[in-house]
Amino acid sequence: MPNSMINVALPKGRLGEKVYGMFAAAGYECPSILEPNRKLIFENAAAGVRYFWVKPSDVAIYVERGAANVGVAGKDILLEYAPEVYELLDLNVGRCRMAVAAKRGYRDNPEHTLRVATKFARIAREYYAGLGRDIDIIHLNGSIEIAPILGLSDVIVDIVETGKTLLENDLEPIETIVPISARLIANKASFKFHSNEIEAIQRGLKGQVKNDD
Amino acid sequence: MRPGDYPLKPEECVLFALRSLYQGFGYSQFKMSKFEEYDLYVRNKDFLVSDGIITFTDTDGRLMALKPDVTLSIIKNTRQMPGSVQKLYYNENVYRISGGTHSFKEIMQTGLECIGEVDLYCLCEVVSLAAQSLRIIDDGYVLDLSHMGVVSALVDALALDADTRGRVLACVGEKNGDGVRKLCPGKDIEGLLALIAAHGPASEVIPSLRRWCTEGAARQALDELEAVTGVLEANGCGGVRVDFSIVNDMNYYNGIVFMGYINGIPTGVLSGGQYDKLMQRMGRKARAVGFAIYMDLLERLNEVVRPYDVDTVVLYDETADITALTRAVRKLAESGDSVSAQKSIPEKLRFRRLLRFSKGGIVDAQ
Repeated sequence: MPNSMINVALPKGRLGEKVYGMFAAAGYECPSILEPNRKLIFENAAAGVRYFWVKPSDVAIYVERGAANVGVAGKDILLEYAPEVYELLDLNVGRCRMAVAAKRGYRDNPEHTLRVATKFARIAREYYAGLGRDIDIIHLNGSIEIAPILGLSDVIVDIVETGKTLLENDLEPIETIVPISARLIANKASFKFHSNEIEAIQRGLKGQVKNDD
Repeated sequence: MRPGDYPLKPEECVLFALRSLYQGFGYSQFKMSKFEEYDLYVRNKDFLVSDGIITFTDTDGRLMALKPDVTLSIIKNTRQMPGSVQKLYYNENVYRISGGTHSFKEIMQTGLECIGEVDLYCLCEVVSLAAQSLRIIDDGYVLDLSHMGVVSALVDALALDADTRGRVLACVGEKNGDGVRKLCPGKDIEGLLALIAAHGPASEVIPSLRRWCTEGAARQALDELEAVTGVLEANGCGGVRVDFSIVNDMNYYNGIVFMGYINGIPTGVLSGGQYDKLMQRMGRKARAVGFAIYMDLLERLNEVVRPYDVDTVVLYDETADITALTRAVRKLAESGDSVSAQKSIPEKLRFRRLLRFSKGGIVDAQ
Protein backbone atom coordinates (compact mmCIF):
# COMPACT_ATOMS: atom_id res chain seq x y z
CA MET A 1 0.00 0.00 0.00
CA PRO A 2 1.39 3.44 -0.88
CA ASN A 3 2.74 5.52 1.97
CA SER A 4 0.94 8.75 1.20
CA MET A 5 -2.46 7.47 2.37
CA ILE A 6 -3.30 7.53 6.05
CA ASN A 7 -4.63 4.16 7.18
CA VAL A 8 -7.39 4.48 9.76
CA ALA A 9 -8.48 1.47 11.83
CA LEU A 10 -12.09 1.85 12.96
CA PRO A 11 -13.81 -0.37 15.51
CA LYS A 12 -16.56 -2.45 13.88
CA GLY A 13 -20.01 -1.70 15.23
CA ARG A 14 -22.12 1.18 16.45
CA LEU A 15 -19.22 3.13 17.95
CA GLY A 16 -17.22 2.81 14.74
CA GLU A 17 -20.11 4.20 12.67
CA LYS A 18 -20.46 7.12 15.03
CA VAL A 19 -16.73 7.79 14.87
CA TYR A 20 -16.78 7.55 11.08
CA GLY A 21 -19.46 10.24 11.19
CA MET A 22 -16.99 12.49 13.00
CA PHE A 23 -14.28 11.77 10.41
CA ALA A 24 -16.75 12.50 7.60
CA ALA A 25 -17.86 15.76 9.19
CA ALA A 26 -14.20 16.72 9.54
CA GLY A 27 -13.74 16.37 5.78
CA TYR A 28 -12.59 12.75 5.54
CA GLU A 29 -15.75 11.24 4.11
CA CYS A 30 -15.86 7.97 2.18
CA PRO A 31 -19.53 7.31 1.35
CA SER A 32 -19.01 3.73 0.16
CA ILE A 33 -18.20 2.74 3.72
CA LEU A 34 -21.86 2.87 4.76
CA GLU A 35 -23.11 0.64 1.95
CA PRO A 36 -24.33 -2.68 3.27
CA ASN A 37 -21.71 -5.18 2.09
CA ARG A 38 -18.92 -7.27 3.48
CA LYS A 39 -16.03 -5.16 2.29
CA LEU A 40 -13.53 -4.30 4.99
CA ILE A 41 -11.37 -1.66 3.31
CA PHE A 42 -12.57 1.68 1.89
CA GLU A 43 -10.59 4.58 0.58
CA ASN A 44 -10.95 8.15 -0.48
CA ALA A 45 -7.80 8.97 -2.43
CA ALA A 46 -8.70 12.66 -2.68
CA ALA A 47 -8.93 13.05 1.09
CA GLY A 48 -5.88 10.79 1.55
CA VAL A 49 -7.53 8.32 3.89
CA ARG A 50 -8.14 4.60 3.83
CA TYR A 51 -10.51 3.15 6.43
CA PHE A 52 -10.78 -0.40 7.58
CA TRP A 53 -13.10 -2.09 10.01
CA VAL A 54 -11.51 -4.32 12.62
CA LYS A 55 -12.62 -5.91 15.86
CA PRO A 56 -12.67 -3.13 18.50
CA SER A 57 -10.15 -4.89 20.72
CA ASP A 58 -7.77 -5.28 17.74
CA VAL A 59 -7.58 -1.59 16.79
CA ALA A 60 -4.70 -0.95 19.19
CA ILE A 61 -2.75 -3.89 17.71
CA TYR A 62 -3.11 -2.59 14.14
CA VAL A 63 -1.97 0.84 15.23
CA GLU A 64 0.86 -0.29 17.52
CA ARG A 65 2.31 -2.46 14.76
CA GLY A 66 1.97 0.24 12.14
CA ALA A 67 -0.57 -1.48 9.84
CA ALA A 68 -2.81 1.49 10.63
CA ASN A 69 -1.34 4.96 11.09
CA VAL A 70 -4.19 6.04 13.33
CA GLY A 71 -7.21 4.37 14.87
CA VAL A 72 -10.00 4.78 17.35
CA ALA A 73 -10.00 2.62 20.46
CA GLY A 74 -11.83 2.66 23.76
CA LYS A 75 -9.87 3.72 26.83
CA ASP A 76 -10.67 0.28 28.31
CA ILE A 77 -8.61 -1.39 25.57
CA LEU A 78 -5.77 1.10 26.00
CA LEU A 79 -5.66 0.51 29.75
CA GLU A 80 -5.87 -3.25 29.41
CA TYR A 81 -3.28 -3.79 26.67
CA ALA A 82 -1.13 -0.68 27.28
CA PRO A 83 -0.04 -0.43 23.63
CA GLU A 84 2.92 1.78 22.72
CA VAL A 85 0.91 4.45 20.89
CA TYR A 86 0.18 8.16 21.10
CA GLU A 87 -3.23 9.00 22.55
CA LEU A 88 -3.97 12.18 20.68
CA LEU A 89 -7.56 13.02 21.47
CA ASP A 90 -10.47 12.11 23.70
CA LEU A 91 -13.38 11.87 21.23
CA ASN A 92 -15.89 11.90 24.08
CA VAL A 93 -18.12 9.31 22.38
CA GLY A 94 -18.81 5.73 23.42
CA ARG A 95 -18.88 6.94 26.97
CA CYS A 96 -19.24 4.40 29.75
CA ARG A 97 -17.28 3.40 32.82
CA MET A 98 -15.18 0.53 34.07
CA ALA A 99 -16.88 -0.58 37.26
CA VAL A 100 -16.96 -3.19 39.95
CA ALA A 101 -20.38 -4.86 40.24
CA ALA A 102 -21.79 -7.50 42.55
CA LYS A 103 -25.05 -9.15 43.51
CA ARG A 104 -27.45 -6.70 45.07
CA GLY A 105 -26.76 -6.42 48.80
CA TYR A 106 -23.27 -7.93 48.51
CA ARG A 107 -20.92 -7.22 51.41
CA ASP A 108 -17.18 -7.70 50.97
CA ASN A 109 -15.52 -10.00 53.49
CA PRO A 110 -11.93 -8.75 53.78
CA GLU A 111 -10.83 -12.00 55.45
CA HIS A 112 -11.19 -13.85 52.14
CA THR A 113 -9.32 -13.44 48.89
CA LEU A 114 -11.72 -11.56 46.62
CA ARG A 115 -12.70 -13.55 43.53
CA VAL A 116 -12.98 -11.21 40.54
CA ALA A 117 -14.39 -12.31 37.19
CA THR A 118 -13.43 -10.07 34.28
CA LYS A 119 -12.29 -9.65 30.71
CA PHE A 120 -9.99 -6.87 31.91
CA ALA A 121 -7.43 -8.70 34.07
CA ARG A 122 -4.83 -5.95 34.05
CA ILE A 123 -7.26 -3.17 34.96
CA ALA A 124 -8.70 -5.30 37.78
CA ARG A 125 -5.27 -6.27 39.08
CA GLU A 126 -4.00 -2.70 39.12
CA TYR A 127 -7.15 -1.37 40.74
CA TYR A 128 -7.10 -3.87 43.59
CA ALA A 129 -3.31 -3.60 43.98
CA GLY A 130 -3.90 0.11 44.60
CA LEU A 131 -6.34 -0.82 47.36
CA GLY A 132 -3.96 -3.42 48.80
CA ARG A 133 -6.62 -6.11 48.35
CA ASP A 134 -5.61 -9.68 47.57
CA ILE A 135 -7.65 -11.00 44.64
CA ASP A 136 -8.10 -14.11 42.53
CA ILE A 137 -8.70 -13.20 38.89
CA ILE A 138 -11.07 -15.36 36.88
CA HIS A 139 -10.55 -14.52 33.24
CA LEU A 140 -13.77 -14.79 31.22
CA ASN A 141 -14.44 -13.78 27.64
CA GLY A 142 -18.13 -12.93 27.84
CA SER A 143 -21.36 -13.12 29.86
CA ILE A 144 -19.38 -11.92 32.86
CA GLU A 145 -22.65 -11.10 34.69
CA ILE A 146 -23.35 -14.78 35.23
CA ALA A 147 -20.24 -15.32 37.39
CA PRO A 148 -21.49 -13.85 40.68
CA ILE A 149 -24.97 -15.34 40.18
CA LEU A 150 -23.53 -18.85 39.92
CA GLY A 151 -21.07 -18.25 42.74
CA LEU A 152 -18.09 -18.38 40.38
CA SER A 153 -16.89 -15.01 41.65
CA ASP A 154 -17.70 -12.45 44.36
CA VAL A 155 -17.60 -9.45 42.06
CA ILE A 156 -17.07 -8.61 38.40
CA VAL A 157 -15.05 -5.86 36.77
CA ASP A 158 -16.67 -4.84 33.52
CA ILE A 159 -17.86 -1.99 31.35
CA VAL A 160 -21.10 -0.41 32.51
CA GLU A 161 -22.98 1.78 30.06
CA THR A 162 -26.52 2.17 31.36
CA GLY A 163 -26.48 -0.49 34.06
CA LYS A 164 -29.50 -2.19 32.46
CA THR A 165 -27.84 -5.59 31.96
CA LEU A 166 -26.67 -5.54 35.55
CA LEU A 167 -30.13 -4.63 36.80
CA GLU A 168 -31.81 -7.38 34.81
CA ASN A 169 -29.44 -9.89 36.38
CA ASP A 170 -29.98 -8.58 39.89
CA LEU A 171 -26.52 -7.03 40.04
CA GLU A 172 -25.51 -3.49 40.92
CA PRO A 173 -22.41 -1.39 40.33
CA ILE A 174 -20.58 -0.81 43.61
CA GLU A 175 -17.51 1.13 42.53
CA THR A 176 -16.38 3.08 39.47
CA ILE A 177 -12.77 2.35 38.51
CA VAL A 178 -12.35 4.74 35.60
CA PRO A 179 -14.53 6.57 33.08
CA ILE A 180 -14.17 5.27 29.51
CA SER A 181 -14.53 6.93 26.13
CA ALA A 182 -13.17 6.49 22.61
CA ARG A 183 -9.71 7.90 21.88
CA LEU A 184 -7.85 8.79 18.70
CA ILE A 185 -4.57 6.89 18.79
CA ALA A 186 -1.57 7.04 16.47
CA ASN A 187 1.42 4.86 15.75
CA LYS A 188 4.50 6.57 17.18
CA ALA A 189 6.74 6.07 14.15
CA SER A 190 3.94 7.04 11.71
CA PHE A 191 3.48 10.25 13.65
CA LYS A 192 7.12 11.13 12.91
CA PHE A 193 6.79 10.67 9.16
CA HIS A 194 3.17 11.80 8.63
CA SER A 195 2.82 14.38 11.39
CA ASN A 196 1.13 16.97 9.14
CA GLU A 197 -1.57 14.57 7.93
CA ILE A 198 -2.15 13.05 11.36
CA GLU A 199 -2.32 16.41 13.10
CA ALA A 200 -4.76 17.63 10.46
CA ILE A 201 -7.01 14.68 11.32
CA GLN A 202 -6.56 15.44 15.02
CA ARG A 203 -7.55 19.08 14.50
CA GLY A 204 -10.49 18.14 12.30
CA LEU A 205 -11.84 15.67 14.84
CA LYS A 206 -11.26 18.08 17.70
CA GLY A 207 -13.75 20.38 16.01
CA GLN A 208 -16.30 17.55 16.09
CA VAL A 209 -15.88 16.64 19.76
CA LYS A 210 -18.89 17.61 21.81
CA ASN A 211 -17.89 18.54 25.34
CA ASP A 212 -20.75 18.14 27.74
CA ASP A 213 -18.88 18.91 30.94
CA MET B 1 28.77 -1.61 0.96
CA ARG B 2 25.06 -0.91 0.75
CA PRO B 3 22.18 -2.94 2.14
CA GLY B 4 21.05 -5.37 -0.52
CA ASP B 5 24.55 -6.32 -1.69
CA TYR B 6 24.48 -10.06 -2.18
CA PRO B 7 25.22 -12.21 -0.20
CA LEU B 8 25.12 -10.03 2.94
CA LYS B 9 21.75 -9.40 4.52
CA PRO B 10 20.79 -5.74 4.96
CA GLU B 11 21.19 -5.91 8.73
CA GLU B 12 24.64 -7.43 8.34
CA CYS B 13 25.73 -4.58 6.05
CA VAL B 14 24.38 -2.13 8.60
CA LEU B 15 26.37 -3.84 11.32
CA PHE B 16 29.66 -3.53 9.43
CA ALA B 17 29.00 0.08 8.55
CA LEU B 18 28.14 0.94 12.16
CA ARG B 19 31.26 -0.76 13.45
CA SER B 20 33.50 1.23 11.14
CA LEU B 21 31.61 4.43 12.03
CA TYR B 22 32.14 3.94 15.77
CA GLN B 23 35.76 2.86 15.39
CA GLY B 24 36.35 5.92 13.25
CA PHE B 25 35.39 8.11 16.19
CA GLY B 26 37.73 6.30 18.57
CA TYR B 27 35.25 3.95 20.20
CA SER B 28 36.70 0.58 21.10
CA GLN B 29 34.73 -2.63 21.14
CA PHE B 30 33.50 -3.92 24.46
CA LYS B 31 33.22 -7.69 24.45
CA MET B 32 31.40 -9.39 27.25
CA SER B 33 30.36 -12.79 28.46
CA LYS B 34 26.80 -14.00 27.99
CA PHE B 35 26.32 -14.25 31.76
CA GLU B 36 26.43 -11.84 34.64
CA GLU B 37 25.62 -12.25 38.29
CA TYR B 38 21.90 -11.84 38.77
CA ASP B 39 22.58 -9.41 41.59
CA LEU B 40 23.67 -6.72 39.13
CA TYR B 41 20.26 -6.64 37.46
CA VAL B 42 18.08 -7.09 40.50
CA ARG B 43 19.54 -3.94 42.07
CA ASN B 44 18.69 -1.92 38.99
CA LYS B 45 15.58 -3.70 37.84
CA ASP B 46 13.68 -0.62 36.75
CA PHE B 47 16.47 0.36 34.39
CA LEU B 48 15.81 -2.73 32.28
CA VAL B 49 13.41 -2.56 29.38
CA SER B 50 11.53 -5.69 30.45
CA ASP B 51 11.07 -7.46 33.77
CA GLY B 52 11.95 -11.04 32.92
CA ILE B 53 15.48 -12.34 33.33
CA ILE B 54 16.64 -15.88 32.53
CA THR B 55 18.55 -17.16 35.56
CA PHE B 56 20.50 -20.29 36.38
CA THR B 57 22.78 -21.48 39.17
CA ASP B 58 26.48 -21.60 38.39
CA THR B 59 28.65 -24.56 39.51
CA ASP B 60 29.71 -22.65 42.61
CA GLY B 61 26.16 -21.90 43.65
CA ARG B 62 26.02 -18.28 42.47
CA LEU B 63 22.80 -17.19 40.80
CA MET B 64 23.64 -16.07 37.28
CA ALA B 65 21.63 -14.38 34.55
CA LEU B 66 21.72 -14.38 30.78
CA LYS B 67 22.33 -10.71 30.18
CA PRO B 68 19.14 -8.74 29.46
CA ASP B 69 21.11 -5.52 29.03
CA VAL B 70 24.63 -4.37 28.13
CA THR B 71 24.88 -0.93 29.72
CA LEU B 72 24.92 -2.19 33.32
CA SER B 73 27.75 -4.60 32.52
CA ILE B 74 29.75 -1.86 30.86
CA ILE B 75 29.40 0.42 33.86
CA LYS B 76 30.34 -2.41 36.19
CA ASN B 77 33.42 -3.32 34.21
CA THR B 78 34.83 0.10 33.45
CA ARG B 79 37.39 1.58 35.79
CA GLN B 80 37.09 5.11 37.04
CA MET B 81 39.50 7.35 35.22
CA PRO B 82 39.08 10.89 36.51
CA GLY B 83 39.51 13.58 33.92
CA SER B 84 39.00 11.37 30.88
CA VAL B 85 36.20 9.82 28.88
CA GLN B 86 35.96 6.14 27.98
CA LYS B 87 34.35 5.47 24.64
CA LEU B 88 33.04 1.99 24.00
CA TYR B 89 30.79 0.31 21.49
CA TYR B 90 29.29 -3.14 21.54
CA ASN B 91 27.39 -5.61 19.45
CA GLU B 92 25.85 -8.24 21.69
CA ASN B 93 22.88 -10.52 22.01
CA VAL B 94 20.63 -9.81 24.95
CA TYR B 95 17.86 -11.99 26.33
CA ARG B 96 14.60 -10.49 27.37
CA ILE B 97 10.86 -10.73 27.11
CA SER B 98 9.67 -9.28 23.84
CA GLY B 99 6.69 -6.98 24.05
CA GLY B 100 4.00 -8.69 22.02
CA THR B 101 4.71 -12.35 22.63
CA HIS B 102 5.44 -12.39 26.39
CA SER B 103 8.13 -14.97 25.80
CA PHE B 104 11.93 -14.72 25.93
CA LYS B 105 13.73 -13.66 22.82
CA GLU B 106 17.32 -13.30 21.78
CA ILE B 107 17.71 -9.76 20.54
CA MET B 108 20.78 -8.39 18.84
CA GLN B 109 21.69 -4.99 20.11
CA THR B 110 24.37 -2.59 18.95
CA GLY B 111 25.25 0.59 20.72
CA LEU B 112 27.80 2.78 22.31
CA GLU B 113 28.52 4.36 25.66
CA CYS B 114 30.56 7.40 26.57
CA ILE B 115 31.51 7.32 30.27
CA GLY B 116 33.50 9.79 32.37
CA GLU B 117 33.77 13.57 32.20
CA VAL B 118 30.95 13.92 29.69
CA ASP B 119 30.76 17.50 28.42
CA LEU B 120 28.88 19.32 25.67
CA TYR B 121 31.29 17.92 23.08
CA CYS B 122 30.57 14.33 24.16
CA LEU B 123 26.81 14.94 24.11
CA CYS B 124 26.98 16.37 20.61
CA GLU B 125 29.24 13.56 19.42
CA VAL B 126 26.96 10.81 20.74
CA VAL B 127 23.76 12.41 19.41
CA SER B 128 25.41 13.01 16.06
CA LEU B 129 26.63 9.39 15.94
CA ALA B 130 23.06 8.31 16.70
CA ALA B 131 21.83 10.34 13.72
CA GLN B 132 24.59 8.98 11.49
CA SER B 133 23.75 5.44 12.59
CA LEU B 134 20.14 5.99 11.55
CA ARG B 135 21.23 7.36 8.20
CA ILE B 136 23.32 4.22 7.62
CA ILE B 137 20.20 2.13 8.23
CA ASP B 138 17.98 4.21 5.94
CA ASP B 139 17.77 7.73 4.53
CA GLY B 140 14.21 8.10 5.82
CA TYR B 141 14.89 8.61 9.51
CA VAL B 142 13.98 10.93 12.37
CA LEU B 143 15.94 11.39 15.59
CA ASP B 144 13.74 12.86 18.31
CA LEU B 145 15.51 14.74 21.07
CA SER B 146 14.09 15.61 24.46
CA HIS B 147 15.48 16.86 27.74
CA MET B 148 14.32 15.24 30.96
CA GLY B 149 15.10 18.45 32.83
CA VAL B 150 12.51 20.43 30.86
CA VAL B 151 9.80 17.81 31.34
CA SER B 152 10.48 17.28 35.04
CA ALA B 153 10.70 21.03 35.79
CA LEU B 154 7.32 21.71 34.18
CA VAL B 155 5.72 18.72 35.92
CA ASP B 156 7.35 19.60 39.28
CA ALA B 157 5.89 23.10 39.04
CA LEU B 158 2.41 21.56 39.31
CA ALA B 159 3.25 20.19 42.82
CA LEU B 160 1.49 16.84 42.33
CA ASP B 161 1.50 13.78 44.57
CA ALA B 162 3.77 10.93 43.46
CA ASP B 163 0.96 8.85 41.95
CA THR B 164 -0.56 11.68 39.90
CA ARG B 165 2.92 12.81 38.85
CA GLY B 166 3.61 9.36 37.45
CA ARG B 167 0.35 9.40 35.55
CA VAL B 168 0.96 12.89 34.19
CA LEU B 169 4.40 11.79 32.96
CA ALA B 170 2.77 8.80 31.25
CA CYS B 171 0.37 11.24 29.52
CA VAL B 172 3.35 13.30 28.32
CA GLY B 173 4.74 10.09 26.79
CA GLU B 174 1.40 9.48 25.03
CA LYS B 175 0.98 13.10 23.85
CA ASN B 176 -2.25 12.88 25.80
CA GLY B 177 -3.21 16.48 26.51
CA ASP B 178 -6.79 15.53 27.39
CA GLY B 179 -5.45 13.12 30.01
CA VAL B 180 -3.34 15.84 31.65
CA ARG B 181 -6.36 18.16 31.73
CA LYS B 182 -8.37 15.54 33.60
CA LEU B 183 -5.57 14.74 36.05
CA CYS B 184 -4.82 18.34 36.97
CA PRO B 185 -8.11 20.22 37.29
CA GLY B 186 -7.66 23.85 38.28
CA LYS B 187 -3.89 23.84 37.79
CA ASP B 188 -1.94 26.01 35.39
CA ILE B 189 -1.01 23.39 32.81
CA GLU B 190 -0.65 25.68 29.78
CA GLY B 191 3.13 25.19 29.67
CA LEU B 192 2.88 21.43 29.92
CA LEU B 193 0.22 21.29 27.18
CA ALA B 194 2.46 23.39 24.95
CA LEU B 195 5.28 20.95 25.68
CA ILE B 196 3.09 17.98 24.73
CA ALA B 197 1.95 19.58 21.48
CA ALA B 198 5.43 20.79 20.50
CA HIS B 199 7.43 18.80 17.99
CA GLY B 200 9.57 19.69 15.02
CA PRO B 201 12.88 21.38 14.22
CA ALA B 202 14.69 22.76 17.28
CA SER B 203 14.82 26.25 15.79
CA GLU B 204 10.99 26.38 15.90
CA VAL B 205 10.17 24.37 19.00
CA ILE B 206 12.69 25.73 21.51
CA PRO B 207 11.82 29.45 21.09
CA SER B 208 8.11 28.58 21.35
CA LEU B 209 8.71 27.05 24.80
CA ARG B 210 10.91 29.85 26.17
CA ARG B 211 8.05 31.65 27.91
CA TRP B 212 7.42 28.65 30.17
CA CYS B 213 11.08 28.03 30.92
CA THR B 214 12.27 31.42 32.10
CA GLU B 215 14.18 30.44 35.20
CA GLY B 216 15.85 27.73 37.25
CA ALA B 217 16.15 24.13 36.14
CA ALA B 218 13.71 24.47 33.24
CA ARG B 219 15.67 27.28 31.66
CA GLN B 220 19.00 25.54 32.21
CA ALA B 221 17.68 22.35 30.62
CA LEU B 222 16.22 24.17 27.62
CA ASP B 223 19.54 26.02 27.19
CA GLU B 224 21.39 22.72 27.16
CA LEU B 225 19.00 21.27 24.59
CA GLU B 226 19.43 24.38 22.47
CA ALA B 227 23.22 24.15 22.74
CA VAL B 228 23.24 20.54 21.53
CA THR B 229 20.74 21.04 18.71
CA GLY B 230 22.54 24.26 17.72
CA VAL B 231 25.84 22.42 17.27
CA LEU B 232 24.17 19.61 15.31
CA GLU B 233 22.36 22.05 13.05
CA ALA B 234 25.52 24.09 12.42
CA ASN B 235 27.28 20.90 11.38
CA GLY B 236 24.51 19.94 8.97
CA CYS B 237 23.29 16.94 10.95
CA GLY B 238 19.85 16.34 9.42
CA GLY B 239 16.76 14.54 10.59
CA VAL B 240 16.99 15.82 14.17
CA ARG B 241 13.72 16.99 15.76
CA VAL B 242 12.67 18.04 19.22
CA ASP B 243 9.84 16.04 20.79
CA PHE B 244 9.21 15.75 24.51
CA SER B 245 7.18 12.55 24.40
CA ILE B 246 10.30 10.49 25.15
CA VAL B 247 9.88 9.92 28.86
CA ASN B 248 12.52 7.55 30.21
CA ASP B 249 12.69 6.54 33.87
CA MET B 250 13.74 9.60 35.83
CA ASN B 251 15.47 7.48 38.47
CA TYR B 252 18.13 6.66 35.91
CA TYR B 253 18.00 9.16 33.12
CA ASN B 254 18.54 12.88 33.25
CA GLY B 255 19.44 15.49 30.67
CA ILE B 256 19.26 14.74 26.97
CA VAL B 257 17.28 11.66 25.91
CA PHE B 258 16.57 10.58 22.37
CA MET B 259 14.76 8.07 20.23
CA GLY B 260 15.34 7.19 16.59
CA TYR B 261 12.75 6.11 14.03
CA ILE B 262 13.06 4.67 10.54
CA ASN B 263 10.30 5.16 7.98
CA GLY B 264 8.65 1.76 7.56
CA ILE B 265 9.47 0.35 11.01
CA PRO B 266 6.53 0.78 13.39
CA THR B 267 8.52 1.28 16.60
CA GLY B 268 11.61 3.23 17.62
CA VAL B 269 14.82 1.45 16.58
CA LEU B 270 17.29 3.54 18.54
CA SER B 271 17.00 4.66 22.12
CA GLY B 272 19.45 6.53 24.27
CA GLY B 273 20.27 9.34 26.60
CA GLN B 274 22.24 10.60 29.53
CA TYR B 275 22.16 8.35 32.57
CA ASP B 276 24.19 10.15 35.23
CA LYS B 277 21.71 9.02 37.87
CA LEU B 278 22.31 5.36 37.09
CA MET B 279 26.03 6.01 37.48
CA GLN B 280 25.38 7.58 40.89
CA ARG B 281 23.26 4.62 41.94
CA MET B 282 26.09 2.31 40.99
CA GLY B 283 28.52 4.36 43.07
CA ARG B 284 30.39 5.95 40.17
CA LYS B 285 31.53 9.53 40.21
CA ALA B 286 31.18 10.01 36.50
CA ARG B 287 28.62 11.04 33.91
CA ALA B 288 27.51 8.91 31.01
CA VAL B 289 25.61 9.03 27.74
CA GLY B 290 24.94 6.30 25.23
CA PHE B 291 22.44 4.61 22.96
CA ALA B 292 21.37 1.22 21.71
CA ILE B 293 20.01 0.09 18.34
CA TYR B 294 17.64 -2.86 18.26
CA MET B 295 18.98 -4.75 15.29
CA ASP B 296 16.20 -7.34 15.26
CA LEU B 297 13.78 -4.63 14.08
CA LEU B 298 15.81 -4.10 10.92
CA GLU B 299 15.11 -7.59 9.62
CA ARG B 300 12.25 -6.52 7.39
CA LEU B 301 13.76 -3.29 6.19
CA ASN B 302 14.70 -3.05 2.50
CA GLU B 303 13.97 -6.70 2.16
CA VAL B 304 15.32 -7.93 -1.16
CA VAL B 305 12.81 -10.34 -2.61
CA ARG B 306 14.80 -12.78 -4.71
CA PRO B 307 12.84 -14.49 -7.46
CA TYR B 308 14.81 -17.73 -7.05
CA ASP B 309 16.01 -19.71 -4.06
CA VAL B 310 18.94 -20.95 -6.11
CA ASP B 311 20.21 -20.22 -9.61
CA THR B 312 20.83 -23.75 -10.77
CA VAL B 313 19.69 -27.20 -9.78
CA VAL B 314 21.92 -30.05 -10.93
CA LEU B 315 20.19 -33.42 -10.96
CA TYR B 316 22.23 -36.59 -10.67
CA ASP B 317 21.43 -40.26 -10.08
CA GLU B 318 23.07 -43.28 -8.44
CA THR B 319 25.18 -44.00 -11.45
CA ALA B 320 26.97 -40.63 -11.36
CA ASP B 321 30.73 -40.53 -10.98
CA ILE B 322 30.99 -38.57 -7.73
CA THR B 323 34.46 -37.20 -8.44
CA ALA B 324 33.35 -35.76 -11.76
CA LEU B 325 30.09 -34.51 -10.25
CA THR B 326 31.92 -32.71 -7.43
CA ARG B 327 34.21 -31.06 -9.93
CA ALA B 328 31.33 -30.00 -12.18
CA VAL B 329 29.29 -28.52 -9.33
CA ARG B 330 32.28 -26.64 -7.98
CA LYS B 331 32.98 -25.20 -11.42
CA LEU B 332 29.41 -23.93 -11.66
CA ALA B 333 29.57 -22.44 -8.16
CA GLU B 334 32.86 -20.71 -8.95
CA SER B 335 31.33 -19.12 -12.01
CA GLY B 336 29.14 -17.09 -9.61
CA ASP B 337 25.90 -19.06 -9.77
CA SER B 338 24.43 -20.66 -6.69
CA VAL B 339 24.09 -24.39 -7.27
CA SER B 340 22.16 -27.07 -5.53
CA ALA B 341 23.00 -30.67 -6.43
CA GLN B 342 19.96 -32.91 -5.90
CA LYS B 343 18.70 -36.32 -6.83
CA SER B 344 15.22 -35.01 -7.39
CA ILE B 345 13.83 -31.49 -7.43
CA PRO B 346 12.91 -30.47 -3.88
CA GLU B 347 9.29 -29.44 -3.45
CA LYS B 348 8.65 -25.69 -3.68
CA LEU B 349 12.25 -24.92 -4.61
CA ARG B 350 12.41 -22.00 -7.05
CA PHE B 351 15.28 -22.14 -9.53
CA ARG B 352 16.36 -20.39 -12.70
CA ARG B 353 17.63 -23.34 -14.69
CA LEU B 354 17.68 -27.07 -14.41
CA LEU B 355 20.75 -29.09 -15.42
CA ARG B 356 21.38 -32.78 -15.37
CA PHE B 357 24.64 -34.57 -14.65
CA SER B 358 24.84 -37.34 -17.15
CA LYS B 359 27.67 -39.43 -18.59
CA GLY B 360 30.34 -37.52 -16.71
CA GLY B 361 29.16 -34.09 -17.87
CA ILE B 362 26.53 -31.39 -17.35
CA VAL B 363 23.66 -31.21 -19.86
CA ASP B 364 20.59 -29.03 -20.04
CA ALA B 365 17.68 -30.96 -18.54
CA GLN B 366 15.00 -28.84 -20.18
